[in-house]
Amino acid sequence: MKSAATIFLAAFLALSASWAAFVLAPQLQLGREPQAKATGTDNLYPVARPGLAKQGAEVYRSLGCVYCHSQQVGQEGVKCEVILTEAGTNASVTLAALAKLNTELGQPQTLAALPKVLMPVADVPTAVPIIKAIAAVGAKAEARVTPVGADISRGWGLRRSVAQDYAYDSPVQPGTRRFGPDLANVGLTKPDVNWHLRHLYAPATEIKGSTMPPYRFLFEKHKRGAKPSPDALQFADEPGFEIVPTDDARALAAYLVSLRADAPLVEAPFTAPTPAAPSTNAPVATNRVASLPYTASELLKLPESSK
Amino acid sequence: MTATSPIPQQHIDCSCRLPLFALFGGAAVWLALSSVFGLVASLKFHAPAMFANCACLSYGRAFPASQLLLVYGFCIPAGLGVGLWLLARLGRVELAKPFLITLGAKLWHLGVLTGFIAILAGENTGHEWLEMPRYASVILFLGFLLMAVWAFVTHTRRSEPALYPSQWFILAALFWFPWIFSSATLLLQCFPVRGMTQAAVAWWFAGNLLNVWLPLVGLAATFYFLPKLAERPLQSHYLALFVFLTLIVAGTSTGIPAGAALPAWMPALSGGAKLLMLVPALALAAVVVLTLRGSTAPCGGGPLCFTKFGAWSLVIATVLLALTACPAISRVTDFTWFSHGRNALVLYGFFAMTMFAAMYFILPRLAGEGSVCPHRVRAQFWLSMLGTLLFAFSLVIGGVLQGLKLVNPAIPFLDVAKSSLMPFRISTLGEALLLVGNLLFLFNVGFALATYYRARCRRVFTDATATLEPAGVKS
Ligand code: HEC
Repeated sequence: MKSAATIFLAAFLALSASWAAFVLAPQLQLGREPQAKATGTDNLYPVARPGLAKQGAEVYRSLGCVYCHSQQVGQEGVKCEVILTEAGTNASVTLAALAKLNTELGQPQTLAALPKVLMPVADVPTAVPIIKAIAAVGAKAEARVTPVGADISRGWGLRRSVAQDYAYDSPVQPGTRRFGPDLANVGLTKPDVNWHLRHLYAPATEIKGSTMPPYRFLFEKHKRGAKPSPDALQFADEPGFEIVPTDDARALAAYLVSLRADAPLVEAPFTAPTPAAPSTNAPVATNRVASLPYTASELLKLPESSK
Repeated sequence: MTATSPIPQQHIDCSCRLPLFALFGGAAVWLALSSVFGLVASLKFHAPAMFANCACLSYGRAFPASQLLLVYGFCIPAGLGVGLWLLARLGRVELAKPFLITLGAKLWHLGVLTGFIAILAGENTGHEWLEMPRYASVILFLGFLLMAVWAFVTHTRRSEPALYPSQWFILAALFWFPWIFSSATLLLQCFPVRGMTQAAVAWWFAGNLLNVWLPLVGLAATFYFLPKLAERPLQSHYLALFVFLTLIVAGTSTGIPAGAALPAWMPALSGGAKLLMLVPALALAAVVVLTLRGSTAPCGGGPLCFTKFGAWSLVIATVLLALTACPAISRVTDFTWFSHGRNALVLYGFFAMTMFAAMYFILPRLAGEGSVCPHRVRAQFWLSMLGTLLFAFSLVIGGVLQGLKLVNPAIPFLDVAKSSLMPFRISTLGEALLLVGNLLFLFNVGFALATYYRARCRRVFTDATATLEPAGVKS
């Protein structure tokens, strides 16, 4: 190293390589990403947040919730299963077919109370011939893809987060710390705006022993007058007062309930479980997920990629 | 460059005085303020309802404010000051345009103040390590350019043509920062890119700042002061060159966390770079061991202690970073206190400690003998060292424990959060010690500056009163 020029050259080469990899390349790979169709539906995903929720995102940024809450869910893999949804008209034929496939359901009584897990498979393509064989005898089966992992079991999401989920967020707030729970899907698990308002004002009233700091400055506290404010919150330990959320608080709550990454995507497939699904090894996840506002049975179709 | 008659050391120091006073004085103030806000943020975990009615003291504002003051308020100006001094001294040349550099330093501090107020007011950009809004970034950038340009001019005017390793590190750092800072500011705030690309840019910036820029500047000081204080030659220039090259090649790609919701090749590439960081870490350890071998210089809580502690902290912090390249480990440590503790080890353990040593070495040369009291330096060393150890390691260990619980979904979240409070208490204790140490540092710097200006006033006063008498006698 004799001169400044060599140093600058070395620095230039090193830095431009990482610049190309981490600044330029994602721009080319993700920057122009259009909306994608959620697997099995015609719904475009993601959609921009409604106006109030968008303002709420600004409140979230401004209050630095990101220093305690992440918004990205991880998974360790996926579990793939074939489930029998309809037994068909002739039970004995179906049973024979099932026996041939070497499934776990061999007894006649097991054909009651469907859907039931037939067998685990390696991936969706291996399930296709099995589903076809079952369809050939008049019964119906489907493949179900369930992401697994600690975050999923905690009920923080139905699948891992992917870049697509954040396409409309600016700034993105994926976060790097979890001193509070992940919020990527808090709109699915806690869809009630009032719950969020009460939780923001006094977290301990909603979650016993909560260590989240209260955000009382987002609310106005009035003596309850002759004409109570229509959207005031009531707290048992503050008799005689009404707690009125400010616009910021309302926007923030609207943002929180808008947080939901619930579309199956090609790069992150999953099948929404039906309420009657047999319990998996993740009790937390199942009872939370079961209460999700799922009505769309079309979500239970095969992921697009595997057809 | 022609060999001219060597410029006396005093002239060089004299040219550095004004800019370095501006940089160091401001840095000391921001550092103390940063620990105050850091402590306020930590207290949120012990008493969540504290300051619940005050938006600007809420965790999400106090914490980034304290980080901003630590990194942009203290680390960067302190590093620039030391770097300028090293460029002038190693190049045997007076600082070019000290007045403009001082202006740059003032601009920088103004930028920090603006950013600080903006964060408290809720103008946080939402990108970690880059929280100050656009207008503050612009002021910071102009301030940096002003300083960097004249630092570079100083370097080209040097009378000593041979380059010492410290100079490579500083020159590379002068080049590095404007690039990463302008890229990140332009792409995040002026013409924001879309979606997760923002996170990629912000992480790339943070990785470069923490794992390249700070080590470059800090090691420039280490490689100068360690041999100087240990009274042994640097062992060796080749190893130092090796550290330099491997650091910039590997460090620049370390930013992306393992679980990031980005195309899989990006975290993978970053993981490889993190693993590679073992190479500069081990090379640095070799430099320190070989240089100190046979040294009889006493450590005794003085600048040599600071420098040694700093170098070992960087080695440990870098090994911790390399460990997270392993998916089984990052699965546990991601999203926990771990990264927070490692950052503290880099920022306080390595960078601040190395800078303290350098500043305590430089200040008496600028402000006059006796302006820095060795007892108070020693007291600060013990406070800062203990504080850093408690702060950083309780978070690192606490982070691992927290992570082991987080990956076990059978443990309810709130139990995880609560059980990580014990290590956190110890870390708050460390932060409190650091606050005392930083206040002492502020006092030491203030005292040195005051000593200088007092002596100077006295001189001016005696000069002013003295001129009349000889004139009267002579006539
Ligand atoms: C000091 C860290 C901290 C900060 C800052 C923080 N939270 Fe929390 N948050 C927590 C903890 C701990 C919990 C878990 C206990 C609870 O639910 O109250 C939590 C829980 C939550 C929950 C419930 C999640 C669930 O799945 O049960 C929501 C929603 C939430 N926080 C929103 C916010 C918002 C919005 C902000 C910013 C205004 C914020 N938090 C700031 C620590 C924090």
